[in-house]
Amino acid sequence: MKGSLRFLPLALLAAVIAALIWRLATPVDTTIRSRLEGKPLPEFALAAAVPGKAALASGDFSGGGPRLLNIFASWCVPCITEVKVLKTLQQRGVAIEGIAIRDRPEDVARFLARYGDPYRRIGADPQSAVQIALGSSGVPESFVVDGRGVIRYQHVGPIEASDVPTILQKLEQAR
Amino acid sequence: MIAESGLAALWLAAALAGLQFALMLLGFGGRAEVGRAIRAVSVAQGVLALFSFALLLILFAQSDMSVRLVFDNSNSAKPFIYKVAGAWGNHEGSMLLWVTVLALSGAVLGLFSHRTSERTLVAALGSQAALALGFYAFLLIASNPFARLSPAPPDGRGLNPLLQDPGLAFHPPTLYLGYVGLSVGFSLAFAALLTGEVDLRLARAMRPWILAAWIFLTLGITAGSYWAYYELGWGGYWFWDPVENASLMPWLAATALLHSVNVLAARGALKAWTMMLAVVAFSMSMVGTFLVRSGILTSVHAFAIDPQRGTFLLVLLGIYVGAAFLLFALRGGSLREGAPFELVSRESGLVINNLLLTVILGVVFVGTLYPLFVEAVSGEKLSVGAPYFNAVAGPLALFLAVLVGIGPLLAWRRERRPVFKQLVVPGLLGVTALVITLILSPDIGILPRLGLAIAAFLAAASILPLVGRNPLRAPLATWGMVIAHLGIAVAIAGMAANAAFTSERLAAARPGQVLNVGPWSVQLLSVTPTAGANWTAIEAELRASRGEGPVTLRPQTRYFSDPPMETNEAAIDTLWNGQLYTVLGKEDPEGGWQLRLWWKPFVTLIWGGGGLIALGGLLALVGRAWRTRRRRRPADDWRKARYA
Repeated sequence: MKGSLRFLPLALLAAVIAALIWRLATPVDTTIRSRLEGKPLPEFALAAAVPGKAALASGDFSGGGPRLLNIFASWCVPCITEVKVLKTLQQRGVAIEGIAIRDRPEDVARFLARYGDPYRRIGADPQSAVQIALGSSGVPESFVVDGRGVIRYQHVGPIEASDVPTILQKLEQAR
Repeated sequence: MIAESGLAALWLAAALAGLQFALMLLGFGGRAEVGRAIRAVSVAQGVLALFSFALLLILFAQSDMSVRLVFDNSNSAKPFIYKVAGAWGNHEGSMLLWVTVLALSGAVLGLFSHRTSERTLVAALGSQAALALGFYAFLLIASNPFARLSPAPPDGRGLNPLLQDPGLAFHPPTLYLGYVGLSVGFSLAFAALLTGEVDLRLARAMRPWILAAWIFLTLGITAGSYWAYYELGWGGYWFWDPVENASLMPWLAATALLHSVNVLAARGALKAWTMMLAVVAFSMSMVGTFLVRSGILTSVHAFAIDPQRGTFLLVLLGIYVGAAFLLFALRGGSLREGAPFELVSRESGLVINNLLLTVILGVVFVGTLYPLFVEAVSGEKLSVGAPYFNAVAGPLALFLAVLVGIGPLLAWRRERRPVFKQLVVPGLLGVTALVITLILSPDIGILPRLGLAIAAFLAAASILPLVGRNPLRAPLATWGMVIAHLGIAVAIAGMAANAAFTSERLAAARPGQVLNVGPWSVQLLSVTPTAGANWTAIEAELRASRGEGPVTLRPQTRYFSDPPMETNEAAIDTLWNGQLYTVLGKEDPEGGWQLRLWWKPFVTLIWGGGGLIALGGLLALVGRAWRTRRRRRPADDWRKARYA
């Protein structure tokens, strides 16, 4: 065997160990980010999630100011706490559009009646098709969308009271 | 007192490992009394480690909640067998088992190995002590299994219900015996590179260890596969999970090593390669331990997500594997290869076997660590799953299986006989199987179809070494080889049949309703609550029939309270030609119950094949041991004279 070739295992080992050290040193970030940040919303047209409330389509985002697109579900427990924060955002003049994931009209209606309704329109996404197209991996998630329908910011997980300044700032920047 | 004694024994064993290592440095000049001393120390160290582990078992058996480890992993309501098995169903306990096996391997090597020169043995025991020292340090500094808890809580948190299964009693210890048994191959290779005595005697000293470790690995992987199959309720036997791969990689390296060490033992060839493989095999064991214990890759097995422990293990891995690779780089060039061989010969066959196994090992290794590399370089997240492994490793494995049928027919050194004539019958069988599958099931995938054909070919070809001679007079090792190779054919047949012919049915059924899956009609009779020692459950009663008399299956959803967790207990009916696999899911609002039903024709062949492979290994091990005992001296002298 050639002399230099015999050092190959050592070199490979060094490379593997370097990668493993990097992994140990960098905390694992399990958040899955959407690749659509900075890109326009995917095309969709959803039926109304509750009777008596407007349906939601991607076209609704063109024109007007920036707004918050919130993905939620009546069966989602963190969404219950989030909806109160959304109410405060709404009182501060934020326009919020909702998409109800894998839900039933009567359940959504009960959820809104019990915990409050911050939404302008709510689209029903029974098979998570739009959710997946948006690059969202869970419920709840929110997107700041500007007046031209471009996604400017993704928030993974429930929006808590401490997140409100960030969300307002992102909405301001999207103006 | 028991916990304190266990800890003291562990410290003492660590001290003895230090002494053993020092003796190696002292005794390398070849002083006879050092050889005797180092053997004695290795035995004492093994006994102390075993004592320490036995005390941990007692603590678990007694449910001594003043010990933190027992509190975290046990509960007084748990059945006795799981109390004991719980001792290794956690990080600290399993690492203690690891180091105990390591120390015991050293002790057995010190007691019984007379095949290598004294110099090489002393160096091997020193290397074994160096390995043990690192892992004692790991236990004592970062994972003390005997830490106390004060005040002692009234009862423990309990063991993960998925582990409360007979599988736990069997799978981890077997796998560890395999993982750690490879350490002796590593130490012997390290020692031989150090002394320059890479020869037939070394290969013969190494061979039983590799064979034994390989048998345990085979059994451990097979048992683990079946355990996952029935316990996790997904109906699959292999998921290409990083930790499954971590056990497959040492097995692949050990399989290659097992064959190359035979070339070295019989012909004195492939010296550098065999030493490299011996190092790689145990390195893969350490990589496996690191992957599981650091929780670095997302996996069903990653128990302890602890960067500190991960760092510790990574440092050990770097030191040991780095030292061995460095030694190989420095000394590998001085190895002179033994007897030459021609292109068509048993040696060439085994070289190709080794190359293929090594490529498959590389494929699995790269696939397992690729997501990590990609994220390190580009920050992008991705995962590598079954589609990659099946598509890349599958064809390679099938090609290897074809060669398995041919290789054993070749003679050492050069083959001039028309070997391929013998392969006519197996070849025809393979083609027949191919044609039958084309006619009867034209739309199965290409890999399963080839798998079925190659399994038929290999099943016939594997027994050829016994044809044309009196099988009763064939050496036991030949029988072992034949049975192991037949086992490969059987396992491939099982995997191919499972991939090609499984029928699945997922449906919500109300009591009384009938569902069809494959040839079966399954009726949901009732769903009732039931209870066990430390769980309550919802149990479905299913009546399944396909022509002959009906069978009753009772899948459950179990609810454990300590720790709170829900598990699915699949109900499986095993027949000669397959398994009916049933899982009970949730109740839907309309009063129906989710049922998952699978009919898996010939799936049991997968584990039957695994068992045959291990049995073949066992026969070879016993046969070789018996033969060497019968004619050790003259044979050794003769070979020494010939290849000195």
